[in-house]
Parts: sequence; C-alpha cells; structure tokens
Amino acid sequence: MSSNKSSNVSEKTEQISGKQEFSIGEILKKRGVSRRDFLKFCSAMTAAMSLPASFAPTVAQALDEVKRPTLVWLNFQDCTGDSEALLRAANPTVGELILDILSVDYHETIMAAAGHQADEALESTITKYKGKYICVVEGSISMKDGGVYGCTSGKTHLEIARRVCGSAFATIAIGTCAAYGGIAAAIPNPTGAVGVRDAVPGATIINLPGCPCNADNLTATVVHYLVFGKIPALDSHGRPLFAYGKRIHDNCERRPHFDAGQYVEIWGDEGHRKGFCLYKMGCKGPATFHNCPTQRYNEKTSWPVAAGHPCAGCSEPQFWDAMGPMYKRLPNVPGFGIEHTADKIGLGMAVGVGAAFAVHGAISALRKDKDPAEKTKED
Amino acid sequence: MAKIVVDPITRIEGHLRIEAEVTGGKIIDAWSSATMFRGIEKILKGRDPRDAWYWTQRFCGVCTTVHSIASVRAVENALKIKIPPNAELIRNIIIGTQNVQDHVIHFYHLHALDWVDITSGLKADPTATSKLAASISEWPNNSATYFKAVQDKVKAFVASGRLGPFANAYWGHPAYKLPPEANLMATAHYLEALEWQKDVIKIHAILGSKNPHPQTFLVGGMAIPIDPDSQNALNADKLIEIKRLLKKAQDFVEKVYIPDLLAVASFYKDWAAIGGGVGNYMCYGDFPDASGNMWFPSGAILNKDLSKVLKVDQGKIAEYVDHSWFENSAGTGKGLHPFDGETEVRYTGPTPPYKNLDTNAKYSFVKSPRYDEKAMEVGPLARVLVAYASGHKETKAVVDLVLSKLGVGAAALFSTLGRTAARGIDCLLNAQQTPKFLDELINNISKGDYRIHANEKWDPSSWPAEASGYGMHEAPRGGLGHWIKIKDQKILNYQAVVPSTWNASPRDAKGQRGPYEAALVGTPIADPNKPLEILRTIHSFDPCLACAVHVLDANGNEMVKVKVS
Repeated sequence: MSSNKSSNVSEKTEQISGKQEFSIGEILKKRGVSRRDFLKFCSAMTAAMSLPASFAPTVAQALDEVKRPTLVWLNFQDCTGDSEALLRAANPTVGELILDILSVDYHETIMAAAGHQADEALESTITKYKGKYICVVEGSISMKDGGVYGCTSGKTHLEIARRVCGSAFATIAIGTCAAYGGIAAAIPNPTGAVGVRDAVPGATIINLPGCPCNADNLTATVVHYLVFGKIPALDSHGRPLFAYGKRIHDNCERRPHFDAGQYVEIWGDEGHRKGFCLYKMGCKGPATFHNCPTQRYNEKTSWPVAAGHPCAGCSEPQFWDAMGPMYKRLPNVPGFGIEHTADKIGLGMAVGVGAAFAVHGAISALRKDKDPAEKTKED
Repeated sequence: MAKIVVDPITRIEGHLRIEAEVTGGKIIDAWSSATMFRGIEKILKGRDPRDAWYWTQRFCGVCTTVHSIASVRAVENALKIKIPPNAELIRNIIIGTQNVQDHVIHFYHLHALDWVDITSGLKADPTATSKLAASISEWPNNSATYFKAVQDKVKAFVASGRLGPFANAYWGHPAYKLPPEANLMATAHYLEALEWQKDVIKIHAILGSKNPHPQTFLVGGMAIPIDPDSQNALNADKLIEIKRLLKKAQDFVEKVYIPDLLAVASFYKDWAAIGGGVGNYMCYGDFPDASGNMWFPSGAILNKDLSKVLKVDQGKIAEYVDHSWFENSAGTGKGLHPFDGETEVRYTGPTPPYKNLDTNAKYSFVKSPRYDEKAMEVGPLARVLVAYASGHKETKAVVDLVLSKLGVGAAALFSTLGRTAARGIDCLLNAQQTPKFLDELINNISKGDYRIHANEKWDPSSWPAEASGYGMHEAPRGGLGHWIKIKDQKILNYQAVVPSTWNASPRDAKGQRGPYEAALVGTPIADPNKPLEILRTIHSFDPCLACAVHVLDANGNEMVKVKVS
C-alpha cells in the first residue's frame, strides 16, 4: 500500500485519540503480545468486517499507528446483556479491549469509581476529548413524562444522551433497545422508550442491533473505524452492511433443508434431531438481516438455529411486535434471491408480518418441493 | 449530620441510588432507590404464554437464564405439564453453570475492587507474591515470573496515563487492608477470571446456542435435540466438551476463587460484625430431580434463628407500594399477592435534575415484597443458611470448613463478610454438583432416552380456557418467582418477584426497611466523600436492578382506569 494511504489513516485516527500516548502496537508489544498473534488478530478482524484477506496488512498497519481511542459506555433502559456480550468478546478479548486497544473511561458495570467520582470521570472525559470520543449506548431512552423513567445521578437519560452523544465523534447504539427502542418500546410502550436515533436527532449513529449484539460485530465496527478513519457503510436502518447486509435465511446452514422441503414438525422429532429447517416452528430467518450463521456466538460455538431453536428476528426494528408470536411461522416466504438487501425487502417483510399472517405472495420458485405453508394448521 | 448520595452505584447490574445519613463516622439511616423502569410485565399482556420466557429473559442480561427458567416453570405449572427427565437435567446444568460463572464474575469483577487496591500491587515483591500464592493453593500460575509479568503489564498500563475504568477510584483509601502481595495476586486473578468466564459459559452456547440470552427454552422442555448419531444434536462430542468445561469451572473455583476468598476475608474479619441487615432469610430451593425433589432445600429463617427452618408458602407473599412510584387500587398500606397484583406506575419524585429524593414519600421504582409482612433477605447467604440449618450434608461440610479456616462462629455469617463468603460457598457447591447432573444425563442417553420435550400441550388449543400457575427458581442472587394467569390462550396477568426486589426494596407500609437499607445502618464511614464502605455492603448483595424493577398486571391497569372514570 502507498505511504499516502498510511499517513491518511494515521491522520484520521489521530482525531479520535489523545496525544503523547503509546500506539496500540506499542502497548501490545509491552504487554508481551507477539507480532504473530497481533497479525492473527488483524486477519480475524479483516474477516469479521467481510473484507478480502489482502486487507489484513492494512488493518495491521492502521492498528500499529493508532492511539487508544477514548470510549464511554452509557447504560440506559437496558438489561446489561450487551455489556455481558462484551465480556465474552474473544478476538480481541475484553481484557485486551480495555487494557490495550481502547481507553474505556466510563462504563458503570465495570468501572471502579462510583457516585460523584464516576460523574467526574464522565465529565472530564467528554470535555477533554470533545468531538473525538466514541460513545456506546446500551438500552432505550424514555421520552415520556420528561424522561423520569430513566435517571442516573439525578439526571434523565435523555439529558445525558443528548449531551454525551451530541459531543461524540460517533455513537454506537448497541443492541436492539438502543438502536430501535427494543423491548421497552413494545406495545403499549409504557415509558415512551425510543432508540438513540430518535432521542438525539442529528448525532452520528451506528446501529448494532441484536438481542444482545454479537460482540464480534462491535469489535469489528471499532476496528473498521480505526483502520479506515470513517464509519462503515450502513443500510437504511443504520446497520453496517458488513454484518447486516444479508438475510439469515440466505446464509443458513439449514437452507438446503428448506429448499428440499424438509422441516422440523415437532420438538425432538427425527427432523429436529437431524438438523432440518425450523421454518414451521416459527423461524424468522427469512425476514432477518444478521450475520449469525457465519459469525455465530461465543467464539463461534453456536447460534440459535444450530442449537435447534428458531431465529426470533432480534436484529430487526420493532421485532418484538412485528415478528411475534415467536413460534408462529412466517407467512409465505417468497423465494427472493440473496441479491436483495434489507432496504429492498426487509421492511416490507416485517410490516407484513406484523399486519397479519395472511399475506399471500408468490410461492418459492427456488423450493422444488412442497410448500410448508399449506401443510401447517396454524394459519 | 451529612446526607451522602451514591448515584450511580457502579459495578452492579442496573441503576441504583443510595442515600445515607452519617453521624459520628457511622451510617444511622439509609434509603435504596431504583431509578429506571421499563414495564415489561405490562407489555406481556395478551401475548402467547409460550413466548413469555423470551420476553422475561430480557429482565436481565447478567443472570441471563433465570427468568426463562422461572417463566417456563410457571407456564408448565399452570398447564400441568411434566417435562422429560433430560430436559430437567439440561436445565439443571444450565442453572448450575449460570450460578458458578455469575458468582465468579461478581467476586472478581464487581466486588473485588472494594477490598483489593490494584495500585498497591505495583509495590509488591513478585517472589513474595509467588510464595503467598503457593501457600494457599496448588493453582499452577504461581511463579514469581508470572506475577512479575502481571505487575509489568499493570505498570505499563498505568504509565500510559490512561486508567480507563480504573480511574478516579478510591485507591489508597484507609479501609483497604491487604498487603501489596495479596493485592497483586488478586489483580492477576481478576485478569485470569476475565478469560475463564468466557470459556466456561460456552456450556450455555453448546446447550442453548449463545450466552448472554441463551435461546433454547421451551414450555414443556428444551429445544436442544439429543441424538448421539447426529451432528446436529447433543452428541458425545458436545457432551464431552461440556464435561471438560465443567471441570475447568470446578478447578478454578476450588483452586483460585475459594483460596482467594479465604485469604482476603482473613484481613477483613471486622466486616463479620457489619452489614447484618434484616435477619430474615428465604430460599425456594432448586435443582429438582425427576420426582420433583429439590437438591437444594427450601425454607425460611426468622430473626437469625438457625434452630428453626420454616416451610415457605408462596401464598404469604405480598407486595407493597407505599414508598414506591406506583399506585395500588387496594389502598394505602395494603399489600397484594402477585396473582392479584394491580399496580400502576406513577412517578411522584422530584423533577430531574435533582440533588436529593424525598425519602419520607415515595422514592423508588422497586416495590416492597414482604413475606408474612416481614422483609426477607434472599440470595446465596439465605440459600446457605437454610441448607445449613436444615442439615444439608454437602452445605454443612463446606460451611464448617470455611468457618474453621477463618476462625469464626456461625454468627459471623450474618454480615457483609458472611454474605460474600456465602456466595463462594454457594459457588463451590454448584461447581461440584453440576457435573453430577451431566453424568445423569449421559446415563439416560446411554439407555436410549432422547426425549427433550413434552409435546402434548404444545398446541394452545389443548389448553383449558383459564389457568394460573407459578414458577420458583433459586437464581444467583436468590429466590425468584414468576406468577402467570392465562385466559383464552393469552397472558392475562404476569408478575415477577425477583431477588433484587426483595433485597433492594424500599420501606413498606409499616416503615420497615428493606434488606439493603437495614444492612447499611451501623456501617462505618471513614471519609463521607469516598464512601467505599457503602459499596462493600451493597455489593455483598450483588444487586441486579433491571430485574428488580418491574410491573405489573395490566388487569389492574384497567381496574384503576375504571375507578378513575
């Protein structure tokens, strides 16, 4: 790569880091991480970002030069599931993220300081690194009754979000609650819960939905940003295409069974034991854009469909209302190809699901066998 | 008289605020307030009862299995479904793993920094640290080289000038008592535990697709199929991996957590006389076998009297809202059983931004559950005390060992230190018992029993028009109950009374303090500006506030509306 490119990267990354600090590469060396392990990590990140392997040296070079960017993590109307997901991060691990790669200056679940000392840590960070820090928001934000349903340190989450996200370089809305309001925003939405995008209009926001978000998608987003100095390409729901650009159904390891008309009919039946398609048990994979089948969870150990349970559609906006009930099968799934993106069909699909279970579309042209819709009595 | 406020209480799940009055270097009164509310039970109304486990799982992403368990048990109780033995065993393995992993994270990552001064460890002699570690455990990572490397890493981190999550803490506070070597050893294990927890929890991923929020529970059983002849089901390959991970879990608890706990506790024995709390303890029991008998016994203890264990009757539970931001159509001073709970959120606190809450009025989004009108503590301490007082063999052996190692009597358990020690005891018991559930499962499979789900009542058309039931579970943080009413195949009413609701509850109609509040009274405060001691006692309960704050039954919502109009 050209030297021009590398100086460009370091210039961009300088924007988000403090001055006179060790670079990530230097810190890793001090921590005894071998060059070989570092390059392995860079290759993994390259893959997670859906980049060609030839980009690995670019990733390595950028990380060599970048200083630890400042990150503040805000917990609002949440269950802490996304923070727990962060604890399961493997590549890099949470220890490496906290000690080597980022400077996590505020995160209520892990930070040592409490009370006004915690407040001071947040204040000094957002003042000192104004416009340069990354903000991560976990949980929805209550808008009803002046936001009294979510307060920290006597201040509403709405006020905190507007101040902290408003001065951030970018905000990552982690999990479906922060992205779209999530469970608290499900009908009848008792607290007027919304996602960050609706609470802080105008802020630069990357949505990483999922319930919880896959930690690999968070680290890949951060690394994407460090490497390219800009946020990744997003779909109309604000989700990075590298992680949410394809439907679960199109990457699913059980797709051949769908196409062959082989379905699980009863929990524990032969089809269930042999890994047949879970469509009839309510799988929302055909309407869900997420990289679960390829990225999987807990160091690629498994993901819901692989473990025998249908996809719940958790990365789609308003999935709690639009996708339910969980075990009700989707209306006729047309056989659109993998070239379609969420922007073209995802929204229409979700709305259709929410509106009724009587959508009659074209029957799969790809499926050569029987139509499961006609075989299911729950219609 | 100074009123101190700690908000946010960090290193917990959720949003908790403590206000305390300090006189003469001691807390004389305290108030516990939860400041976040979502209303998930209200959202549940009218939905499919078979989905409830997935919704209620989102009460909490830390104790990420517990509401699923309580929920499927409640629906199964309502519909009179008996699940296959393998499903019960898989649930027991998931429960045991959750308890072990959660307790270790609590000790090292949420609680340790109340006792361990990381900065002091920079002054430690690695050789002396090595000797200390070898003297308390056979854990292999104990060389001087190892501790020197950890120390160098921390030094390099500090030298970077960016302390991240360790900035602005109470380092150097006079209440820290550990020598530098013990601090360095604990710091090393803080980092090791961070790696360990993400490995052992893969048990949940194998059995239930992922963690947090495993997606595998079903009303009637579990969704992970069993078939030794399939690569898409629980087979020998996956079972042996679970066995390996359970061994790894047990090793760490036996050789790192428990020795560290005893070492740290020996420097803080004064905390065996602080933080006693309400003195009433309740445990629902858990780990049912195929006949429904619980491995961990249920019971209640009143006024710290270990000579009597009372039978728990869920009918005696009632929730009060006299100091909570809810209304209750039954009227002031009246509690309601969870089946009949009818509460409406009504925030009457100060307009934010505020400095203080009006603690004479309503001051929390947590309700006040009471058992037979008494405030009860739930959690590992309650579990261990009930089992100990019931003569539970395994528990008694471990408790007696811990007490003798620390050179204290059973009365020391009624304290902040006792609560922290009980969590370690509970963790060890879970770590040693869970592999036995796996052995039983393997034994069943080898006999050809692959059943994981009772199908008869899966189709809602097979249900009665109306049904009601409850499900109990001993979660890491204590006794958890879900109550459900089903009508015409839909949820009519859903209530959860969770461990942190019991423990974090504000005052009730009689003015009785909740367990956090009671435990803080009498706690010494060396520096009101740095109330480290408050964190010690509050963290000893392992608060989980997203769970604790809940409503409600939308039935009541309608009744309130009717009354108003």
